[in-house]
Parts: sequence; C-alpha cells; structure tokens
Amino acid sequence: MTYVGDVAALARKDLLLELRAKETLPSMVLFVLAALTIFHFALPRGAGHHAALGLLWAALIFTALLGLTRAFVAEREQGMFDALILAPCDRSAIWLGKTIAVFAFLVCAEIVALPAFAAFFSGIDGRTIAAVALADVGICTVGTLFGAMAVAGRARELLLPLLFLPVAIPIVIGGVGGYLWFLALYDALFGVLAWAAFEYVVAEV
Amino acid sequence: MRRTFVENRVAALGGLAVVLTAAALALIIFYVPNDADQGFSQRIFYFHVPIALTSYACFGWGAWKALRVLWKRDEHADVESYVAIHQGVVFGALTLITGSIWARASWGVWWSWGENQLVLFLVLFLFYCAYFMLRFSLEPGRSRANMSAVYALFGVVLIPVSFLAIRLSQKFIHPVVFNAHGPQMSGSQFLTFCVSLAAMLSLFAALYHVELAGKRLDSHLRELRELLT
Amino acid sequence: MISASGLGMRYGEKRVFRDVDVELGTGGFLLVTGPNGSGKTTLLRVLAGLAAPSAGEVSLPARHTVGYLGHEPLVYRELTPLENLTLFGRLYRLPERAERIGMLLERLGLWGMRHDRVSTFSRGMQQRLGLCRVLLHDPQLLVLDEPYNALDAQGAELLDGIFAEPRTWVVATHEPQRVERLATDRVAFA
Repeated sequence: MTYVGDVAALARKDLLLELRAKETLPSMVLFVLAALTIFHFALPRGAGHHAALGLLWAALIFTALLGLTRAFVAEREQGMFDALILAPCDRSAIWLGKTIAVFAFLVCAEIVALPAFAAFFSGIDGRTIAAVALADVGICTVGTLFGAMAVAGRARELLLPLLFLPVAIPIVIGGVGGYLWFLALYDALFGVLAWAAFEYVVAEV
Repeated sequence: MRRTFVENRVAALGGLAVVLTAAALALIIFYVPNDADQGFSQRIFYFHVPIALTSYACFGWGAWKALRVLWKRDEHADVESYVAIHQGVVFGALTLITGSIWARASWGVWWSWGENQLVLFLVLFLFYCAYFMLRFSLEPGRSRANMSAVYALFGVVLIPVSFLAIRLSQKFIHPVVFNAHGPQMSGSQFLTFCVSLAAMLSLFAALYHVELAGKRLDSHLRELRELLT
Repeated sequence: MISASGLGMRYGEKRVFRDVDVELGTGGFLLVTGPNGSGKTTLLRVLAGLAAPSAGEVSLPARHTVGYLGHEPLVYRELTPLENLTLFGRLYRLPERAERIGMLLERLGLWGMRHDRVSTFSRGMQQRLGLCRVLLHDPQLLVLDEPYNALDAQGAELLDGIFAEPRTWVVATHEPQRVERLATDRVAFA
C-alpha cells in the first residue's frame, strides 16, 4: 500500500506542477489541432477514411512526444532526481507517478483531438477509441522511461524522438490496424520492462 | 602471456573468417545450382540471410552483455555490449543493402515494403542508430553504461514485437525458405547456406575481438598516460 | 558511518580525482575543501550514494538515513514550501509529518511564507528551504555541498546552530574558516 501512496503523491505533484505552470497540456492541445488542420490540407481531396485515420495516429504520436519531452523538465532544471532517488520509496514509483501524469495529459489532449478528428474528417468507432486508450498506455510507459534517459544527455529534446519513434512504430501498426490484442501485448511487455529498468536509468548506485 | 593469447585468438578468428568467406564465395558462385524461379540473382540469398542472422546474433550478444551490466555490474560488459551492437549495425546495414539488391533483382524495385525482413531491419537500424546517439550524448560512466544497457535490452524485445507488427501490417510475400518442416532446400543449397552463415558468424567474432582489443588498448594507454602525469 | 578506500572518479578522458580514502565515524565531521572544479561535488555525490565511483570501494549507511543538499536546493520551484516538504514527508513515511514540517519551517524562518511559491523566493530563502528538506527525515548522515551558499548572516547563524546537532557531516565549502573548528576529518583537493 505504501507503493500506491508513493505513486499517488508523486503523480499528484506532477499534476499540481502542470496546474501551476499550464505549459504542457495547452501546448499539446494546440499542437494536435494544428496538426489535424495541416493534415486536412495535406490529404488529397477524396482521400478515404483510412488515410485520415493513419494521419490521426501520426498526430497522436507526435502530440505525445511533445508532452514526453516536457515530462522531466522540472526534475532536470532543479536537479530533483538527486533528492528523489535518496528517498526510501521504490524508484519505479517515480516512473509510475510520472507515467500517470503524462497519461492524464495525453488523454486530455485526445478528448479534444478525437471529436475534432470526427468533425474534420470522418467518424470514429469504438474500436479506434479502445485502440487509442491501449496505445496511450504503451506510449506513456515507454516514453516516460526514454524521457528520463533523454534529459540526462546533452542533446535532450533532440534525443527523445530518436529514441522513441522506432519503438513507437509497432504502436502505429497495431493502432491503424485496430489490433487490440497486439496493443495489449505491447503494453504488457514494454510496461514491465520499463518498470523494471527505470531504477537503472536514474540511479547509479 | 595474456596479450599473445588475445592476439592469437584474433588471428585465428580472422584466418577462419577469411577461409570460410572464400569457401562460401566459391560455393555460391561455382557450386550451388541456379534457382528455378529467380535464376542466378537468387544466389544473393546466401549472403543476405546469413548476414541478417549474424546481425540478430550481434544484437542478442549485445543484449546479453547489457544484462550483465545491469545484473552483475560488470564494467567490461559495457564496452562489449557496445562493440557487439556496433557490429550488429554494420551487419544490419549490409542486410539492408543486400536485401535491396535482391529486391531489385527479383522484383525490379529497390525497396519493397512487402518484404518483412527488410522492413524489420529498417526499424532496427533506426533503433540502434538512436542507441549511438544516446551513448554519444552522455558522459562516460556508470550512468551511461546503465542507460545504454537498458536501451539495448529494449532492442531485443523490439525485434519480435516489430516482427509481429510488420507481419500483421501486410500480406506475407517474403519467399518462405524455412518452415516448420525444416529447411526447404536441397543438400547443396543447405551446405552453401551453412558455410556462408559460419563465415559471417566468424567474421563477426573476428571483428568483435579486433574492435574490443582496440578499445582495451585505448584504455590501457590512457591509464599509462595518467600514471606518467 | 562512511568507509571508503582508493576512491577514483573519471569521466572518459577526464580524471576528476583518484586515491581518496575516507574513514568517518558516527558523529564525525568531514570537511572537503578545494578550488572550483577540483572534484568536491563529485566526491560528495559519491559519499551520498548518488554516484558510483569508477575506482575504489565505498560503504555507506542505508540511503533513507542520508540527507543530500546539492548546489541547487533540490525543491520544486512551482510548489510552495509546504507542498514540497509534504511530498518528501510522504515519500519518507514520516509520522507526525505536519508537526515536523511546521517546526522546521518555523526554525528556518519560512513559516510566514509557507504558502508562497518557491519561484518567488530569493536564493537565500530557497537555500533555507533546501535545509528544511534535507533535515526533514532526521538523517544520520548529512552531505552538504556549499551549504552557506547565498545565506545571509542570520541564515548562516541558523546553519551554525544546525551543525551543533549530533549527526555525521560531510561538508564541502570554500569558506572553511566557518566550520574549521568542527572538522574531525579533512579532504583537501588541490
């Protein structure tokens, strides 16, 4: 139970930070709307539902990337990992708290993006919504881990897309095809791996 | 004593790689019969597939060493993992090139999204290039070793996951040479394939030890230089 | 408390220090001195259990009994002092969290601004909050990197009072005269 308490305290802290700074979520919402607008003009007239759906997935991945890039900014700028990793909580709780916060931002952005997509292009069925929800889990678990790696490097914001996009390719394939079982498998495999690996990413000892 | 042992091993592996590669070349050009469907050009198969398998072996070996970095805190494993993945990317690039040539010869196009193996190698190539970006972006030390190791482990999970995803994404048009009933090759084809695979694997082993010896020499030199100052 | 021998640290080509030995008993005070860039911070991170040395052996107390104050005060700037300390109080599972936090804020003169965001604080006030955070879980070993940094005369006196507490200390500073009389051990980098 202390684990759940730690995760809740850390996630609450991240949501509070965003509530104060109001940087990440508004950028993600504006970005996804702008991207959908661009895609409207990028698609040829009469392009089908499937073409638009493919672009929706691209928009979601890049929107998530925007949020993930910002995920550890507060920790990096104030050197907070030094304080957090000495605490007796399991280090993976830091990852899980952050993952939950990023997941919340992404879902908020999608609550705007999916109706906008339905209005701009074509309708959205339940299967797509389920696929998006499952994909969000995979994006946030893996993306948060890679986000913690990227902020440690010199290249920082530049590095995260390079690290993350190759791993996101299966998510796009599963999402566009609507293979829910595949997305669930992805979440389970990479979720467990990210959970186990986070400690090594933030702590040397 | 140790140095001569290392040198001998590198020389032995190098010699083996040269002999096997020459043998594989000879078998591929003079021995193996032409493929019924694809003619002479199908012979690139005997390079393409062993190179691809060697590349997997490199990534697998790199991930095994990465596991040792995290699990046993083995300091030497970090550079070993890096060298294996470096070789894997070289063989991966060769896989992309030979695959592309094969696609050109068989289907008249340089790139075929329908060929799962090729698409998978593109994903892996992108992934492992990011591995180098990650490594070069970090200061050397425990932290870099840990992060590189974590990323390398993601790689070996990504291989089957991506393969599955790519299979889902398209109809499976890659010529199936191996299946559940064993290799669908004649004896002479199978022999050539095995010799070529052995050649590529020994080439990897030789290159791996050469690069590793270079890295170790570097760090010995640095230690000596520090002792002098 | 701390036992380390033959410590060395390098980042690739660059060697930060080598062959540092530390034996610090309970209640000891290790003073680390040296010019900027001589490796004080790196040694402190090793002794706080934050960094792994590239050479040598080190044995440290359990990590939840260590308090580390770095160059930065290690608090979230967009949160208030109360929110910062409550977060760390939870993570350290402190009993009677509110009382302890209130007592520390009072002691370091931050009680009146406990609901203000840290980003509005002066650097000295942030340093005081950093001291609150590091003392919060009543650590046995305190590792402080330039603790007098940005503190005014009053803040520095508060810190002198804190040093009188029976704990084990590792302190890096380039004003060694302030704590010289307390030091039981020294590491001086050239």
